[in-house]
Amino acid sequence: MDNFKILSLLRGDRPGTITLALVIALCAIVPVLNLLVPPDSPFYLSSYTVTLLGKYLCFALLALAVDLIWGYCGILSLGHGAFFALGGYAMGMYLMRQIGDRGVYGNSDLPDFMVFLNWTELPWYWLGFDMFWFAMLMVAVVPGLLAFVFGYLAFRSRVTGVYFSIITQAMTYALMLAFFLNNAGFGGNNGLTDFKEIAGFSLQAESTRISLFVLSGAALVLGYIVCRYIISSKLGRVLVAVRDAESRTRFMGYRVEHYKLFVFVVSAVLAGIAGALYVPQVGIINPGEFSPINSIEIIIWVALGGRATLYGAIIGAFVVNYGKTYFTGAFPELWLFMLGALFVVSTLFFPKGLVGMVQQWQDSRANKRARAAVEGVA
Amino acid sequence: MLVRIFALLLALLSWPVTALAELSSAANADYEKAVLGLNQMSFVKKQQTLNQLMNTPAFATDPRTVPVLSAFAEGQLFFSKSAQRLVTIEAVNEGMLTKDILTGESLGVLPKTDGKRVLINNGLRGQVKGALAGLQLASSDNATRMAAAKSLIVASDTAFLPLLDNAIAQEKEEDVLRSLAVARSMIQIKSEDVEQRRKAVESLEGALEPEVITALTAITGKTGNGDFVEPDESVRNAAQAVLTSAERTRAAYKSVEDVIFGVSLGSVLLLSAVGLAITFGVMGVINMAHGEMMMIGAYTTYVIQQLLPHHIEYSLLLAVPAAFLVAGLVGVVMERGMIRYLYGRPLETLLATFGISLILQQAARSIFSPLNKAVSTPEWMSGLWEINPALSITFNRFYIIIFSLLVFAGLIIALKKTMFGLQMRAVTQNRAMASSMGIRTGWVDAMTFGLGSGIAGIAGVALSQLTNVGPNLGQAYIVDSFMVVVFGGVGNLFGTLFGALTLGIANKLMEPMTGAVLAKILVLVFIILFIQRKPRGMFALKGRFVEG
Repeated sequence: MDNFKILSLLRGDRPGTITLALVIALCAIVPVLNLLVPPDSPFYLSSYTVTLLGKYLCFALLALAVDLIWGYCGILSLGHGAFFALGGYAMGMYLMRQIGDRGVYGNSDLPDFMVFLNWTELPWYWLGFDMFWFAMLMVAVVPGLLAFVFGYLAFRSRVTGVYFSIITQAMTYALMLAFFLNNAGFGGNNGLTDFKEIAGFSLQAESTRISLFVLSGAALVLGYIVCRYIISSKLGRVLVAVRDAESRTRFMGYRVEHYKLFVFVVSAVLAGIAGALYVPQVGIINPGEFSPINSIEIIIWVALGGRATLYGAIIGAFVVNYGKTYFTGAFPELWLFMLGALFVVSTLFFPKGLVGMVQQWQDSRANKRARAAVEGVA
Repeated sequence: MLVRIFALLLALLSWPVTALAELSSAANADYEKAVLGLNQMSFVKKQQTLNQLMNTPAFATDPRTVPVLSAFAEGQLFFSKSAQRLVTIEAVNEGMLTKDILTGESLGVLPKTDGKRVLINNGLRGQVKGALAGLQLASSDNATRMAAAKSLIVASDTAFLPLLDNAIAQEKEEDVLRSLAVARSMIQIKSEDVEQRRKAVESLEGALEPEVITALTAITGKTGNGDFVEPDESVRNAAQAVLTSAERTRAAYKSVEDVIFGVSLGSVLLLSAVGLAITFGVMGVINMAHGEMMMIGAYTTYVIQQLLPHHIEYSLLLAVPAAFLVAGLVGVVMERGMIRYLYGRPLETLLATFGISLILQQAARSIFSPLNKAVSTPEWMSGLWEINPALSITFNRFYIIIFSLLVFAGLIIALKKTMFGLQMRAVTQNRAMASSMGIRTGWVDAMTFGLGSGIAGIAGVALSQLTNVGPNLGQAYIVDSFMVVVFGGVGNLFGTLFGALTLGIANKLMEPMTGAVLAKILVLVFIILFIQRKPRGMFALKGRFVEG
């Protein structure tokens, strides 16, 4: 791969470069603080914190995926949690098969919940998930395929705007109901859990945790570069045109539905990968991940961080989730008030999010300096 | 002289009175002694007591016989060792609060060891129930006789045949007569005589009681060693014919029941969606807090019941306008304080109203606790309307259907026949023109949003009777409400009516085949596919203001 090309992608994207540098720095420092620093040192990071930060990295990748379609193509998906959860389930199924005969029932052919439900053989859609490469393929293929079919139908018949938002919400709601069913073969209410190891490494080991954390960071950086590549290409220009004036773009001869479909599928695959990295770190996946409110929460990360700035999505995901962790611990009563207020305040007063605020502040300072310079000359 | 005559007269007059009193107290002692016979150890002796009670006219007609026998059959009759009386137990705590069943006097609190249950076995219980039915058949109340006839269908014991013949001869009420005839045939299908059996089977044509179906199925079946239960072929064939027709009728009624369930689910959907049809359909505001408006309505009902604990009967009638006002007020505040700055930015509106919904949910949690609250159902709403043995509707379903149609009709009238409705339609069709005609568009916006929210509040009153009242009440309905509005066609109230009923009925018709959850999933998938075909719903508005 041509290094210069990647660097040229980041040229002119200073805040993005800074954000990426921070993510990379985080990935370098956290392992050191966790593994090399002795536990009684004030700089020591506990495994709990590492897992938490790893979760944030996965959420940041998910936010990036949503920002790609919402910020740059104007598609507000209220069902992106579904792609995240599907990727998570694909990973969960692989991890389930890795348990082998170490489950409660000691059955090497069937996961525990199937034994419990008196199933005699593995359903066809579980076949192949004992192979790592196949599961990793499915992490991308399953969300991608669903996005392709769903997007193909919706964009072809020009379901746009709010209508699209509402049917994506219906999609994730229907999937949630389906995954809650016991006889769907995905563990029903309890979901998939009690994982033991991934690709031969124990999930309890510190080194595995750290590796997963670093992998999440790497995925985020790669995801950022992919998104940046898309939006700075000619295709990216068309996407922005679709966002700002869909009919006009169509009249100019662009097949709007193809552009939308492409970016929707890419975004779903990114969300699926984020889900797959999330599951081994938190150790469980259940149908609650499909719930419509989760998908809407992703939107607020992006909106608060700054829509249509990729790094804004990353910042938003970190800020909101840190706030959630802090407030649900310290003032559980207040968290929903806070989140609700965030929605209202950020849409009413800061439509450009945190990033926009910083921008505004910088602009006004630059203006003042320019004025001062002009006055100085005069 | 005069005094003596007077005294004699007095004596003459008083003699029958005292004699009667003596006589009746003697009869009473006999009666009480007879009833006490139920408390003997031997079931044969108990049986004799029962026969004695039933065959002595004075005992059988005694008003105390029915309560005593009912308590006996249900195992609620006790013998107090200290009082040597038959008692019922009112309450059990440290001791037992007992009441003499014959005199109705309270015997106060007795130690638990003092009471001994008057035992009964299954054979005897059947007979007691039959005896009770016989006594109730003589009642002058239609409902009591009907209940007795039904219990005889269940019991179906040869011993009741004379009782039934007697009752049939005297019965005038047609429904009761039919049930009595069914009970009689149910006994006679066990007769020794082939001809009588065949007649009984044929006379069961048209009876839909589950017991009849079970009995007929038994007749057509085989015993363990392969012989037919019913030796005579003609009786078997007759039973088969009656059974087939009965099952066809029952299946038809089952479909009718499914449709009624569907309509009642549809009217719940209609209630929850019709407010949204105003805010989303007419105004174009994506109100994600719509579910929370319903929640506010449900909590208003709860609060009103707390304020008026002694008038539960009327609380719902009061809750409807109250919920409308409270939810409507919240809606107006929301519109003036937030939504009006976001017109023309639907996605931003969606996010901001979602924020409001989170705040309202958490507010409900903080004010009323996260636990569900119990809202009581008034007496006139509970109960069952039994149309025939195969079809019955609960009253609350019935009232919900009526109520949602009333609300819908009221809304249509408000929109089509009032000044406010006219202004509202003018503003949604052409804001600039309406404004230049002197309509205060801002005020109309606020009132329209208030109206939609208020109706959601009314829906909450109805929902408080169907589901748990809790902070998450609204969330369960928000996706469904949007689906109904989008399916029916945005901006068209009749489309919403159509959409709600279609989705409700489709859901309930699929449920027996697929199960409730899968039916719901299939409906959602169907809507998602349907929107591809008709992106603007079933009955889309046409014209230049559509894109606005």
